[in-house]
Amino acid sequence: MASDSIAITPVAVGARSIGEKIHDWIVTVDHKKLGIMYIVYALIFLVIGGIEATVMRIQLMVPNNHFVSPEVFNQLFTMHGTTMIFFVAMPILFGFANYLVPLMIGARDMAFPRLNAFSFWLTAFGGLLLYFSVFGGNGLYGAGTAPDVGWWAYAPLTAKAFSPGHSSDYWTLSLLVSGFGSIGTGINLIATILCMRCPGMTLGRMPLLAWLNLVMSGMVLITLTPLSAAQIMLLIDRYLGGHFFDTQAGGSAAIWMHFFWIFGHPEVYILIIPCFAFMSEIVPVFSRKPIFGYPVMVGATVCIGFISMSVWAHHMFTIGMSSYANSFFAITSMIVGVPTGIKIFNWIGTMWGGKIQFKTPMLFCIGFLFQFLIAGLTGIMLASAPFDWQLSLSYFVVAHFHYVIVGGILFAIFGAFYYWYPKITGRMLSETLGKMHFWLFLIGFHLTFDFMHIPGLLGMPRRIYTYEAGRGWEAWNMIVTIGVFFQIAAVLVFVWDLVWSFYQGEVAGNDPWDAWTLEWSTASPPPEYNFARIPVVKSRRPLWDAKHPEDPDWKYE
Amino acid sequence: MKCSEQTRNRFTNVAGVAVLLAGFLFAARLSFGARDPSQIPNIFRPDSTPADSIFNLSMLVLSVTGAIFLVVFGLIVYAVLKYGKRAGDDRREPPQVYGSNQIELAWTVIPVLIVLVLFLATARVILSVQDAPKPPGSIEVTAIGHQFWWEFRYPKLGIVTANEVHVPVSDRSHPTPTFLTLLSADTDHSFWVPRLAGKTDLIPNHPNSMWIDPHETGLFLGQCAQYCGVEHALMLLRVYVDSPEQFAEWVQTQKMAAANDNSVEQGRRVFESTGCIDCHAVKGTVANGHFGPDLTHLMSRDTIAAGAAPNTLQNLRNWIQDPDSIKPRSLMPAMKLNDHDLDALVAYLGTLR
Amino acid sequence: MASLIVAESAIFTIFVVAYIFYIGKSLSGPTPAVLTVPIFATICLLSSSVTMHLAVRALRNAKVGSFGFWWFLTLSLGAIFLIATGLEWHKLVFHDGLTISTNLFGTTYYSLVGLHAFHVTVGLIGLVIVMAFTLLGKMTSKYTERVDVFSLYWHFVDAVWVVVFTVVYVIGR
Repeated sequence: MASDSIAITPVAVGARSIGEKIHDWIVTVDHKKLGIMYIVYALIFLVIGGIEATVMRIQLMVPNNHFVSPEVFNQLFTMHGTTMIFFVAMPILFGFANYLVPLMIGARDMAFPRLNAFSFWLTAFGGLLLYFSVFGGNGLYGAGTAPDVGWWAYAPLTAKAFSPGHSSDYWTLSLLVSGFGSIGTGINLIATILCMRCPGMTLGRMPLLAWLNLVMSGMVLITLTPLSAAQIMLLIDRYLGGHFFDTQAGGSAAIWMHFFWIFGHPEVYILIIPCFAFMSEIVPVFSRKPIFGYPVMVGATVCIGFISMSVWAHHMFTIGMSSYANSFFAITSMIVGVPTGIKIFNWIGTMWGGKIQFKTPMLFCIGFLFQFLIAGLTGIMLASAPFDWQLSLSYFVVAHFHYVIVGGILFAIFGAFYYWYPKITGRMLSETLGKMHFWLFLIGFHLTFDFMHIPGLLGMPRRIYTYEAGRGWEAWNMIVTIGVFFQIAAVLVFVWDLVWSFYQGEVAGNDPWDAWTLEWSTASPPPEYNFARIPVVKSRRPLWDAKHPEDPDWKYE
Repeated sequence: MKCSEQTRNRFTNVAGVAVLLAGFLFAARLSFGARDPSQIPNIFRPDSTPADSIFNLSMLVLSVTGAIFLVVFGLIVYAVLKYGKRAGDDRREPPQVYGSNQIELAWTVIPVLIVLVLFLATARVILSVQDAPKPPGSIEVTAIGHQFWWEFRYPKLGIVTANEVHVPVSDRSHPTPTFLTLLSADTDHSFWVPRLAGKTDLIPNHPNSMWIDPHETGLFLGQCAQYCGVEHALMLLRVYVDSPEQFAEWVQTQKMAAANDNSVEQGRRVFESTGCIDCHAVKGTVANGHFGPDLTHLMSRDTIAAGAAPNTLQNLRNWIQDPDSIKPRSLMPAMKLNDHDLDALVAYLGTLR
Repeated sequence: MASLIVAESAIFTIFVVAYIFYIGKSLSGPTPAVLTVPIFATICLLSSSVTMHLAVRALRNAKVGSFGFWWFLTLSLGAIFLIATGLEWHKLVFHDGLTISTNLFGTTYYSLVGLHAFHVTVGLIGLVIVMAFTLLGKMTSKYTERVDVFSLYWHFVDAVWVVVFTVVYVIGR
């Protein structure tokens, strides 16, 4: 079966000019090219967001520092958060989903290729619009340019009275635009996964990556839209004289918080679920065993999807909700930890009794496991509302969510890069540079984010551009900043590897990892039509069946 | 992966941990050596019942999560060490195990039980802190958040002050807690003095309340914890917990009208004629502005500009002439007075004890 | 289309929640008492769902002429609804002094009803395009599925109106 799917007759084409190549990329509706564009776009913004973080950390390295002004610092943390969530994490995960889902379900493309392209360009434009604000907007009191209201843009700070000038509008509009792009991709993924699976691939035989992206897409539909609605309301307040969040007219600042976090919390699950997918594809291959408990993994993810819709106000424990509301959100926030914890156990169960190969993708996955465990546990601490009354809005929370996003999501994304780069480009990334990247990043990550918890415990709030000496925060902030430079070194190694290996990397072949899902049955990189013949599958691991005809999976499923 | 590579990896692990540990100890020495530890706003050194309750709950939560961490971390380390591919491996695939109903059931039920225990402990503290009744001896303070300073009113005592709040120490047998009503004049703020209580937000059009009952006298530091604009970082809080005598004395002073010292008549005239009274109030004079802090007893405070600078005459001078030098983009305008007027004004303010 | 409807429902839900939250909270200005229940407009819009359904059925049975008739009726009913909304707003703005910036009621009312009217307008544009296509003689039964998918959108818009109507004109008053 493997040989069937390889390109049969490569057609000889004349060399094309650079203009033609660029044009090809701009007008493409091919899910693979769009996937690559999403990923490259996100990598550029990862570097930009990283620079923003580095500048902030230098400012906070010592007390009463004057590296940047308060206005610039406030813009930096707003832009850093907004960029990383909307223009790094979302696009990179959509990019991988775009690239991999059709290949893994044996389809030739997504259900709506033109919608796919439209969604990408909407997202791309949104990011450019946000950064245009650096030239075009006016911040608080007319000073500064980029948005400076925090990435949650709490009312009434965003009202015309407190944010004259257009910086908040750039925040609103850029996210509104890219939000519609995300909804488009969500629609596309659902339609593709539900309607375009190859023959024999029932929902129960889909790779977990497809299942998890299905859940994620469903969440996107009902999660991004509350943010869009709230942003429309904000625009009505700012430009049509509306009073949605106008506390002077009887409006409510708290209702913005509710609307925002009804988006905001499920959003972070939208970000982590595709990373669970990467774990669920990579860990089995490098443990040489199937995923432990496939049905429960699906069920747990669906549960997480639903429960995550009911926890949002744990971001609002300090705003003075009733004790009953606080209790409700405390218990739901703790309960969501159960299916999440189950997944951790299932990955350990996958590794247990296997033959673990410590290649770079697996190293990042093991890092994920360790760090996501810790992040989940600090999350349980935050779910306990009274404890949260101390920890909320402090550097403890900042440490917690960076633990999830960098220690979890980014590690999984790095793992995905090392795992699927051979498929996308036809060449292997360097194992040596990969390990260097891993260890440098691991050290830097832990220096920064382990020690970041401590100032929070000692009373350091977040979003402050400086702090007075003598509160016991100085040395911890210094260590946190030092870790940043290790991470920068690691990312530089990574970017160098990406470029160098593209030209000089070892040729990968179809299936360098001896894996089991359909994308490894076609060439690396796959031809435009993906498969010469649409595959027919009988189990969850079609390539395992092909390689082990004496012991195929479908006997046991 | 070869044995030597594994050993090298393990060595790097150990070295890494050693580095982290050294860094930790170094930082600990630096941090805690710096200042009187009682002034470090450490949530693990509570000094008031709400903070105590939270501390006790946090110990339970930390123990439980710590235990979970040790177990799961242990499993991960064990799996990684035991099931790594060895040199001399026979290249056969290991047994393909698809799952196990009993194991999966167990590791579902146990976490649910843990969650139940944690939740019950949590709910108890929520109710005891949030729904605590107000005993008759309580002091009532209304805190109004502004960009970027705190207004404190004691409605029953007729006191208005700013940024530094005085409360009496509370005896456990005869509690005299302080109940704060939290309001906001503009954007969202948050009142956080870690050693005394968890934080509660000040949200416009959404009154909140909280309480503290400090067990020891002293100064407790905190600051605004909800991003409220440009100078959010310099909206500091100082809570002075006084003995009953000290508190009574403080109340007595604060209730009085402003000192009326004739030698600074000139300065008072500058104050009353150059727009200061548009924003500031001084009890017993024509100054009745509400946009900025009440200055009746300005010199009884240790800091100015919500903790941004110590309260000295020189700092006051700088603050009036060029607020941006102390707190850039605060809402205090630069008054652009000539030196003569400025000196007189500062001398006048210096009498407002 | 089903996915798009799910996403749109979430947007409308948030506006409905805001509307309900702010009922009775306006500090001043006109109250919902100034609203007149738009019975006629509602009947028009809901009937347009029926005519739309009949149109699609006609097309499925390859009766293009019949399709064109029902489609035109749907379009007209939708247009009448929009005109009626416009008239109602005219009265509210010039007679009762209620605009989007007057008070909380004004803001939430115009946003919610306006969002719905916007969706009706988009639907109407689609209806007009299909009508033009039909009048040019290019409509055949092979496009039934596409028209059917579009009709889902129109039915959704009607269903939303049922909710908006109930919340604004029944509960809110």
